[in-house]
Amino acid sequence: MPLYNLANPTQLMQALLPDLLLAGGAMALLLWAVWRRESPKHQRHVGALSMLLCVATLVAVVMMMFNRTFATDGPIAVDTFRWMADIIILIGTLGALALGIDDNDRAGTVTAETHVLILLAASGMMLLAAARDLMIVFLGIELMSVASYALAGLNRRSERSAEGALKYFLLGAFSTAFLLYGIALVYGATGTTGLAEIRMRVLDYNLSQSPLLLIGIAMMLVGFGFKVSTVPFHMWAPDVYDGSPNPVTAFMAATVKTAAFVAFLRIWLEAFGGEYTSWHRAVAGLAVLTMIVGNAIGLQQRNLKRLLAYSSIAHAGFILVAIAVGTAQGASAMLFYLLAYTLATFGAFSVIVVLSRGDAPVTTDDISGLWSVRPWLAISMTVFMLSLMGFPVFGGAGFLAKWFILKAALQSPVPQTMLAVVLVLTTVISAGYYLYVIMVMFMRPRREGAPVVADTPQLTRYVMLITAVAIVALGLAPNLAIRYAQVGYPRLEAPRAAAPSPTPQRAALAR
Amino acid sequence: MREFLLSVGFDRWILPALLAIPLLGAGLIIATSRRSPEGEDEVASGAAAGPRRLAAWIFALELVLSAGLWWAFDPGITGWQQTFDLNWIPAWGIRFTLGLDGIAMMMVLLTTFIMLLACVGSFTSVRRRTSSYYALLLVLTTGMLGVFMALDLFLFYVMWEAMLIPMYFIIGIWGGERRIYATLKFFIYTMIGSMLMLAGIVYLGIAAQNPATGVPNFSYDAVMATARIAPHAAYWLFGAFFLAFAVKVPMFPFHTWLPDAHVEAPTAGSVILAAIMLKLGTFGFLRLAVPLFPGAALDPTVRKIILVLAVIGIVYGALVSLVQPDFKKLVAYSSVSHLGFVMLGIFALTVQSVQGALMVMINHGISTGALFLLIGMIYERRHTRLIESYGGLARVMPLFSAILVIVTFSAIGVPGTNGFIGEFLVLLGSFRTFPIYSVVAATSVIFAAAYLLWAIQRILFNPLDKPENEHVPDLNRRELLLMAPLLAGIIWLGVYPAPVLRRMQPAAEQFVRTVESRAAMAATYAADANAASAAGGR
Repeated sequence: MPLYNLANPTQLMQALLPDLLLAGGAMALLLWAVWRRESPKHQRHVGALSMLLCVATLVAVVMMMFNRTFATDGPIAVDTFRWMADIIILIGTLGALALGIDDNDRAGTVTAETHVLILLAASGMMLLAAARDLMIVFLGIELMSVASYALAGLNRRSERSAEGALKYFLLGAFSTAFLLYGIALVYGATGTTGLAEIRMRVLDYNLSQSPLLLIGIAMMLVGFGFKVSTVPFHMWAPDVYDGSPNPVTAFMAATVKTAAFVAFLRIWLEAFGGEYTSWHRAVAGLAVLTMIVGNAIGLQQRNLKRLLAYSSIAHAGFILVAIAVGTAQGASAMLFYLLAYTLATFGAFSVIVVLSRGDAPVTTDDISGLWSVRPWLAISMTVFMLSLMGFPVFGGAGFLAKWFILKAALQSPVPQTMLAVVLVLTTVISAGYYLYVIMVMFMRPRREGAPVVADTPQLTRYVMLITAVAIVALGLAPNLAIRYAQVGYPRLEAPRAAAPSPTPQRAALAR
Repeated sequence: MREFLLSVGFDRWILPALLAIPLLGAGLIIATSRRSPEGEDEVASGAAAGPRRLAAWIFALELVLSAGLWWAFDPGITGWQQTFDLNWIPAWGIRFTLGLDGIAMMMVLLTTFIMLLACVGSFTSVRRRTSSYYALLLVLTTGMLGVFMALDLFLFYVMWEAMLIPMYFIIGIWGGERRIYATLKFFIYTMIGSMLMLAGIVYLGIAAQNPATGVPNFSYDAVMATARIAPHAAYWLFGAFFLAFAVKVPMFPFHTWLPDAHVEAPTAGSVILAAIMLKLGTFGFLRLAVPLFPGAALDPTVRKIILVLAVIGIVYGALVSLVQPDFKKLVAYSSVSHLGFVMLGIFALTVQSVQGALMVMINHGISTGALFLLIGMIYERRHTRLIESYGGLARVMPLFSAILVIVTFSAIGVPGTNGFIGEFLVLLGSFRTFPIYSVVAATSVIFAAAYLLWAIQRILFNPLDKPENEHVPDLNRRELLLMAPLLAGIIWLGVYPAPVLRRMQPAAEQFVRTVESRAAMAATYAADANAASAAGGR
């Protein structure tokens, strides 16, 4: 059980091994990608190498996790929460790369850098998962966001894509400014950017009611609210998701969100745990608003990508419940939820990759009667829809994820009954649009003159198969995933409803 | 017989086997099916022969296996029998626990019995995509049986929801013209109810958690024994469970999904909905809602509301049936009326009324199932369900008419048929505790006679004045075989119901006893809580 002293640069490097591996590999791949002439074959090769790099990083992460490494307090965390988050992020990255290779092939995109951009975004995300210092958080967010801005605009010839990318860039920069200002205010109030330090100083100097700190937290909440697309900061999401290439949309809807949520939770529990009573209402309010609005607007969508965009907004609301709970169990529930959500989202987008033709949006008309022409495609889509809806057995992991969050909400020291009730009721609303998709595929006839559905590309088929099987299997035998999710929570002193009184030693030190 | 069954370990493997066989069968059907072009009439092309024969054999196997329960089940024992227990998700205190009491045993038998008939009944009425259809029927069976067997609240919920999906597809794909509207309505209504129940189940499991480890416990017995629920919470929880089950039953204001779903579903779908799925709602009241929260359920106001709703349902269902031009819709509304009797019996809470409620559950399954099958048979011949387009069928279809008359008598509750026993017991039992409701409910027996007799008069006996009715073929051998067991059940339960009653009596007594003792407990707990809060207030 190695213990890393993070003050020692060598050991800090060791603790960052998977992150460095991914970032370094991505740089090398970037060189290789632009070295050769652009060609479909080169694009595939770079894509395959990127996937290989992801797998290597995944292996490194799993090894670090099983070595039970520890670390002293420092700018980065070495805990199971980080490793679990890394695994979910890397699964998503692998999915995005696999779909990306096929999608580039079909769209005739030959720029191999797309894969590298995804890798760079992923290394930013892994940094976010590790960050225990607001500066590292900012670094991670920027690395992730800048790469995503470029990814969102990949379809250079499409007007929708350009519009989405510009919107994403402007609003993203705007929200980052909020975040940064919030960080500055928190620093102003506490004089530190380390998460554990912030908490300690708040206790020592009794800052929990300091307006500077509270305004800082509120600013950061807005910043993260944009990143995870909670209502009312969600306006960008549908346009951006609609305009981006399908694999990138899946990546943004699932993996970017995962990383942002992981950092969100860690900051809120580790640094601001003492102000639980101050921020709880704001976060719970955001959660309720997001669940209701996201699901209600989802009902009207007939464009599948926009439908999934609103679904992803609604899911942000469900995940916010886990943060509002503010316990270790909430953190575990969030990890499980993110895993289930990532699987279902990539599954659903793999179906969309198969269905999409050129730049035209995939609407519910395109999938009507899909069952009669491509039964297995329709059946897999049903599994993904039911999983997103949180339906038992057929939607496997999605249901257990919701169950986990419900359990965390009701089992916390201050039971969040209201949030639990809103969660289950909005799930019923969401049934309206998920079921609509299923209904159209199975119960409507195929439209006259509907285009023939293209064959499923090889990698997309694997993504679809693996996610569908994983969702159902996790639903039936979730023990392993639960075990790791349960040990995966950030370092936190027992969360409490009221601000804790400082310990005698601390009080003495402060004096 | 019992010795033989026990010697082969029947008790240990029967319940998981009954759940697993349909799933395996569904997989087998899908694996052996071949793709046929869209819209192909598979009955005519012969592609349906394989799947339907396989499905019928699997359902027959289920019926034969479950029939063993009739002997293996010992009515003298209170407590669960044929239990099966598996640790499923230990971290959340969830177990895969199955077991039966007398009520559940009878419901399992009813399910396997009706499912075989529903399967054979769809041989010629389902003509498209038959392999998927029979596979879904099998999956549906697992879900329904699972609800009756589950002794873990999580498992109960999972099974409860799982059966929705196959039914959603069965109505939505093979149903009538307005099938999409009907199936969405059915799904969303049921889901609104059950999602709140989900929150309630999580709450209960946490209330029964192990105080040392904080691991919740969802086992039914543990929740019954250890969950201490504050009185005000009990009302909310009862409300959540009530909504889930009341939608399913369906009780009066929550019934609007039922006519749509029943009318639009294919014949087998209507049979299953009426004969089994509605009983899941009343079973939920018997198993969960009332015993878990007797303090709330027997609160005079709550009880009065539920009884009033039940009686309104009885009378309203009967009156609406009276004016239906569509025979299938008529039978659908009559279900609202019959299930009202079950609710009246459960909430009147005497041993007799509960036993009567159980009998109505079984009888309604048999007679309404039979009615829907008969409607399916004439619909296949004439493609209309409107009563006015028939008339004088007795002359061209004597066999059909004879059977329809017998089944109608059973649905009305004529003495000598099964329908009489159940409703009589309910009225007798509830008269002791709630005479007024009982008297009002009794009037609907007259309405039932009115709407059903009037309907069959118009269908069977009026003059044969429509030329298209003159050459309708009578029932064939398969259809006669299909109706024979139902007729046998109608006569047997009407003349000699004692074996069934004997098997359910301990469970009914146990139910009444448990509810009453727990209600007393809840009352003292509430008094304690009041005293404590009063003391705290001081």
